This record gives sequence, C-alpha cells and structure tokens, in this order.
Amino acid sequence: MKKLFSYPDSLKKARFSYCPGCGHGIVHRLLAEVIDEFKIREKTIGIAPVGCAVFAYHYWNFDVTEAAHGRPPAVATGIKRVLPDRIVFTYQGDGDLASIGAAEILHAANRGENITVIFINNAIYGMTGGQMAPTTLIGQKTWTSPGGRKAELSGYPMKISEALGQLDGVHYIERVAVNNPENVLKAKKAIKKAFKNQIANKGFSLVEVLSMCPVGWAVTSVEALRWIEEKLIPVYPLGVIRDKSKST
Amino acid sequence: MIKINIDQERCKGCRLCVIVCPKDIIIMSEHLNSAGYHPAIKIEEKEKDCIACGKCYQMCPEVAIEINKE
Repeated sequence: MKKLFSYPDSLKKARFSYCPGCGHGIVHRLLAEVIDEFKIREKTIGIAPVGCAVFAYHYWNFDVTEAAHGRPPAVATGIKRVLPDRIVFTYQGDGDLASIGAAEILHAANRGENITVIFINNAIYGMTGGQMAPTTLIGQKTWTSPGGRKAELSGYPMKISEALGQLDGVHYIERVAVNNPENVLKAKKAIKKAFKNQIANKGFSLVEVLSMCPVGWAVTSVEALRWIEEKLIPVYPLGVIRDKSKST
Repeated sequence: MIKINIDQERCKGCRLCVIVCPKDIIIMSEHLNSAGYHPAIKIEEKEKDCIACGKCYQMCPEVAIEINKE
C-alpha cells in the first residue's frame, strides 16, 4: 500500500477544538507537512498565540510554547537569540498580531529577527465570540459592530502585511488564502519559503493566511469559501508583498 | 486501486470535501458520530472513479481524510 495523502508526522492525533469549516486545521496541517519535509521536527519551536489557536501545543508534535496575548514575536526573539540553531516560528491570529500585539510584530519585523511568522487573518475575533477586529471589513456585521463597521467610527481594515512590507528589516511577506485546493497549495509553497528563509538565515518572514471563520461570519462552511473570494480577497489582495531575494 | 479513508470520529461534517470532489464520490452520512456531527462518507461503488487528486485532503480542516494506493 502506498500512501498518497496521509496524516503528517508533526501533527498529533488529537482532535482539533475548532468549529466545523475553520481554516486553522488546514494551516496546522500545512505547517506540519512543511516541517516534515524539511526534517526539522526535532529542532523546531513554535509559539502559540492567544485566540482560537491557543491549544496549538496539543496538536503539533514538536516543541511549542505559549505567549501572552500578542507577544509571540517578543518570545520568538528571545528563543531565537538564545538558541540560534533552532527553527522558531510564531502562529498568530489577527486579534493577536494586528491589535494587541501590533507593537511587538512591528519591532520584531523592524529588527529583522530571523523568525517565521504565520499570521491568520479571518477579519474577526473568533475565540471571544465574533467581535470586530482591526482587520474587519467596512460594513461587516460583528457583535460589536451590529450595523456594520463604519470607517468614521472604527477606522479602516488594517493591512498589516503592506504596512510591515515598508520596513527595511523585513525579508519576505506574502499573502495567501485557504479557500480552495489551489490556494491551499500556494499557501503551502509560501509557508515553505518562509521556513527556507529562516534556515538560510535570511531574516524576518511573514505569511498572512486569509482563513475561514464560518461561525464568526454567520455563514455556512461552504459560503465561507465564497465569502473569502468575494469579500476578503478584494480588500486583502493575494500575492508577494515583499521579497528581498528578488529585489536585489 | 485508490482507497479513500475518512475518519468518522474526526470529521465535523463541514462539507468542504463534498463540494471540491470532482467525481462526486463523497457525500454526507445520515448517522451521527460521538461528537454529534454527520460525518462525510464515500460512496463505496464510486470509489473506483477516484483519481487521487487530493482536493478533499487539501480542504479538510480536520485532516480526517487519507488517500492510499493499493
């Protein structure tokens, strides 16, 4: 019997605590596959966020630590500087990275820390029950913007990847989505590149993943895929935002 | 011969595999699993049509699908 598609070694057999149709599970698997392919499971340290993925250490079969809300880039900086031979990545949601952790990610990126950041953007605070996040779209209804987000009251959807792309310390930023099989494969390629950059000591890499939150958006799992295509991608266009290896 | 294996206990019935399967081999079941979801199942007689494209595996948020070649 030949295994064509099977459960990656870097993923434990624990059942995910995510809602049906959530994109976190797909990204967890992609990360596990990339780590298996690079054969770096023994020397990888992940940093879990506060948010839906707070239990990520139950799911990954390698070392994972937990950080205070928004602080994974600061913890990753410490781990990578003390143990430079380890592969260190942070896994953060949009509430964690773009809101409370905005200062940490900005300065870690500006210092060009040799870490990999996986940024899950689902335009909402998922774990706390669907409140407005900095990344919430204009007009999007959430529990704290029942009439839809208004720019004059709450500002605009924060394009954190474009903002970080302006910093000289950043090596690589790409935005991907996991709303169809083709995009999932592209997401894996981007995550692989972000880890390759770190292995080659290139510096700060970030992959922003547009991910489904059907419960937070109050749509079905299948409608959530369309929602990404029709609503999220026009505001957050996919593609490479910064790649130093190409510009020089 | 391609074999599709869907973990009935992991599946949360989100239907993403059902809509991406180009050969319509996967459907939702009538029975419930221990978590209270209707898991996805394969249509046994259609399994021979599987082309092992892996789209169901790529989209499954629970990593509940395995595809093997015998």
